[in-house]
Amino acid sequence: MDNSYKSKILFAVFLIIGITYLSRLFYLQIWDESYIRYAQNNVLQEQTIYPARGLIYDRNGELLVYNDAIYDLSVIPEQVKDLDTVAFCEVLAISKEDFLARFQKIKKQKGYVPYRPSVFEKQLTIPTYARFQEMLFDFKGFYVEVRTDRKYKHSNAAHIMGYIGEVSEKMIEKSNGYYRMGDFIGISGVERSYENDLGGVKGIRYLLVDSKSRAQGRYKNGEFDTAAIAGKNIKLSIDYKLQELGEQLIQNKIGSIVAIEPATGEILALISSPSYDPNLLIGRDRGKNFAALSNDLTKPLFNRPLAAPYPPGSIFKVIMSLVGQQEKVLFPSTSYGCYGGFNAGGLHVGCHAHNSPLALRGGIAISCNAYFCNVYRSLVNNQHYKKTELAYKEFYRHVTSFGLGHKLGVDLFGEGGGFVPTAEYYDKIYGRYRWQALTTISLGIGQGELGITPLQMANATAVVANRGYFMTPHIVKKINNRDNSKAEFKTKHWCSVDTSYFQIVIDGMEDVVNHGTAYIARIPGIAICGKTGTAQNPHGKDHSVFFAFAPKDNPKIAIAVVIENAGFGATWAAPIASLMIEEYLTRKHDTRIELVERLVKADLIHKIKNDSSTTIKTKQR
Amino acid sequence: MIHQQQSKPSSVDWLILIIYYLFVVVGLLCIYASVYKETNPLIYDNTMNYGKQLMWIGISSFIGLLILLLDDKFFYAFAYPIYGLTILLLLAVFVFGTEINGSSSWIRVGGFQIQPAEFVKFSTALALAKFLSGYNINFKQFNVKAIVAAMILLPMLIILLQNETGSALVFVAFSLVLYREGLPGWILLLGVSLIFLSVIALLVQPLYIVISLVVIGIILLALVQRTKLMILLTVSIIALSSLYVSSIDYVFQKVLQPHQKSRINVLLGKEMDLKGAGYNVQQSKIAIGSGGVLGKGFLQGTQNKFRFVPEQSTDFIFCTIGEEYGFIGSTVFVILYLLLMWRILFLAERQRNKFNRIYGYSVVSVLFFHFMVNVGMTLGLMPVIGIPLPFFSYGGSALLSFTLLLFIFIRLDANRVNELRGGE
Repeated sequence: MDNSYKSKILFAVFLIIGITYLSRLFYLQIWDESYIRYAQNNVLQEQTIYPARGLIYDRNGELLVYNDAIYDLSVIPEQVKDLDTVAFCEVLAISKEDFLARFQKIKKQKGYVPYRPSVFEKQLTIPTYARFQEMLFDFKGFYVEVRTDRKYKHSNAAHIMGYIGEVSEKMIEKSNGYYRMGDFIGISGVERSYENDLGGVKGIRYLLVDSKSRAQGRYKNGEFDTAAIAGKNIKLSIDYKLQELGEQLIQNKIGSIVAIEPATGEILALISSPSYDPNLLIGRDRGKNFAALSNDLTKPLFNRPLAAPYPPGSIFKVIMSLVGQQEKVLFPSTSYGCYGGFNAGGLHVGCHAHNSPLALRGGIAISCNAYFCNVYRSLVNNQHYKKTELAYKEFYRHVTSFGLGHKLGVDLFGEGGGFVPTAEYYDKIYGRYRWQALTTISLGIGQGELGITPLQMANATAVVANRGYFMTPHIVKKINNRDNSKAEFKTKHWCSVDTSYFQIVIDGMEDVVNHGTAYIARIPGIAICGKTGTAQNPHGKDHSVFFAFAPKDNPKIAIAVVIENAGFGATWAAPIASLMIEEYLTRKHDTRIELVERLVKADLIHKIKNDSSTTIKTKQR
Repeated sequence: MIHQQQSKPSSVDWLILIIYYLFVVVGLLCIYASVYKETNPLIYDNTMNYGKQLMWIGISSFIGLLILLLDDKFFYAFAYPIYGLTILLLLAVFVFGTEINGSSSWIRVGGFQIQPAEFVKFSTALALAKFLSGYNINFKQFNVKAIVAAMILLPMLIILLQNETGSALVFVAFSLVLYREGLPGWILLLGVSLIFLSVIALLVQPLYIVISLVVIGIILLALVQRTKLMILLTVSIIALSSLYVSSIDYVFQKVLQPHQKSRINVLLGKEMDLKGAGYNVQQSKIAIGSGGVLGKGFLQGTQNKFRFVPEQSTDFIFCTIGEEYGFIGSTVFVILYLLLMWRILFLAERQRNKFNRIYGYSVVSVLFFHFMVNVGMTLGLMPVIGIPLPFFSYGGSALLSFTLLLFIFIRLDANRVNELRGGE
């Protein structure tokens, strides 16, 4: 039997297998290009290079925020060998149980791989880090990774600078993958609103890694690497010395101070009290401290000057004086009598004892309630307009042109708009055509529904100081030594009152300080124009309010001070503003040492806390 | 029958010898590439894989030369003792065995470790050739079949007991030899069909298989002459196949435990086991696939260099060829392997005596089985069965045993040439 033909069959089988394999090779190596990508994913590791975050200075070049190295202890579990657990635990100051528990926790993490590093302890203290460096050789598998965190040189200005924290998942999604889990990002303050400038641009380094993720060299000699671009340095418009003094003066009181350079809109000081040390919100205790601050009933994290609306009280009379003149219902010579207050249609608004009758300048200096109730009535019941509603709408237009009732567009996060009631608002409450001046008379003296933030108060002061316009308040003066180029900050926003009407009002404000309600604020040699306010509020004792600018001609500073539940404007707000003005204009605040001491020592928070009839909640709308 | 003449160097088959050295040298380069580090480019280091392999190439060449110088009758005469000796060595593993890399099939002799399972291949080939070429041996006789089966199954069983499934499966290759010597083709076809159907049954729903079988049957009947016998045969084959496929599916679904199912699914690629076999095959495909047309070049294969491919110098050595030499290199490799197998087959068929022919067929069958399973595994076409790629894979025992296997055939073939000359 000849079986030799079978050799041909066998070779045919060999050929079939050979051709099958060649086809498969063609498919894998030429047809399907995805394997090239898979191979790259295998060996290429993207290493992020974090840029240094921009530094923050005050307007005079004083460093406020810088970067600080932090040290995270990481472990590659697979590489841990012959570990002296006792020594290790001693350096870290943890118990053996804790040590074991941490390892268990790491192993249970999602995506745990024994040959990749996992964080064992976040943010070692410097002494621990130092001891660790010495002994690292003995602790195989443990590594210290260096990152940077913020460090605040001073314990002031927390609300301005804000803080950074780990980026949220929502933010990661929004950034199209630019941010990664664990990246730091500005959460509030300048850190947030200037994140794009401060944050810089991350760089990427491509490393070749082996199957156990160990680096084996640069990919194509770094041809595709991109360098990190450091964050831009920022120069704030804040005057640190002024800020520091303000924080000292307002300590243990609830309130706000805002100071603005009228000509530029640059914010010189922005103080929210109670405050906190910004260094609490960095480092390993960030979470713990944040929780404590969040739970504090005095709301130290709340940025009052930007967001808390207060009834302005008598300082609103300044605006009334200007609007009245513009609407031609008020003239410098207009005088009204005051007999213990304003009486009309069974309505009574009280006033303190003073000479009567008074003309406009005297009305401002004495802060006569009756005078401005009359001004308000003549404005809203103006016969020039057919209907009260139209007259009120005109009044509303004037008032809001001072930057009240809406957000100003400051370059800080968390600004509130305050509240100026609209005609529609009153329509809703009283019904259409069923309200007139007397119904809403308290508006005339800055009470009622009016809500104005301290920033808006300071800005309105700047309008008066500028005789008719304001620059949008802002806190960043320079970015990388170039002027903050936002057009908004370079535009004059004119209010609807002509410049010519300001002089008489400003004279009245000067009288307020020189021989009126705010005599306490007087500084020899400096012409200060101000107005006190004692704002009634439904939550307890009156708020002490004062706003002022100085000097009278060519003003350099406009300031607003609000101290919650503190009483007369002249008692607390006016002297604080006066000291701030003195500091800013003369660089001195020791000429009235007794006054400083009285203010610094005054503790109104704990007094309030002991008074069960009041709450410390801020009025918010 | 056998002439008393010594072979001369000129009568050895140079083509086989050239291909052998080509393979061995390229294999060495691949082993070097798989341990190469840019930071530490050593030329020779006998503690490293490539150093040892170079040494084994030397030893193999020396032993190969000895074989070529031996009298060709030696192998015929000593076929059974050699077979017996290797079986004894194989058994000795149970007594003196050392465990290396999780495998207990090694024996340590001095500084070397040898794997007896490798050497049983050529000895079984010799014994089989001697038995079947004996006088009055007719493969149709039952007792002949039984003895042949025993000769093949004995080493296979012992190796299986040593948990070396891959090495044991190699003995299936001898069925090709038996096919040449008279085993009916339908038995092989049946075996292959059953394996094929089993795999298909687990991959595809039985219903679809039955439908496609019926369609194929109808097409077949439309093409050929429809005799009653033909129709009956087709219908019964379809019926039996359908029944078989359904029962396989039933056993898989109802009888097997979940972990057994999972293991089979991984083997078939239905389930991804990224830590085990599935990972290996995926990485192997990535390494080969990323080679492209021309390959990344010698020592430039990132997947091999950075250890993504497991067992890269032994079972998965083809990945290095695929990655560093690309489609061109891989094609040359496949063609050379086919050329080698064709040459052995061609020469075996031309042998005048049965012993030489059967031995030649054994050589080509074993080489083919290794080639098919090993390369198929790296391409993701075969299950992951750990057997080396002859002449390429790192390993002294394997290299030496394949050298013995091949060089004995070269020696036997050289004698055929002499025979021819003597006959003239």
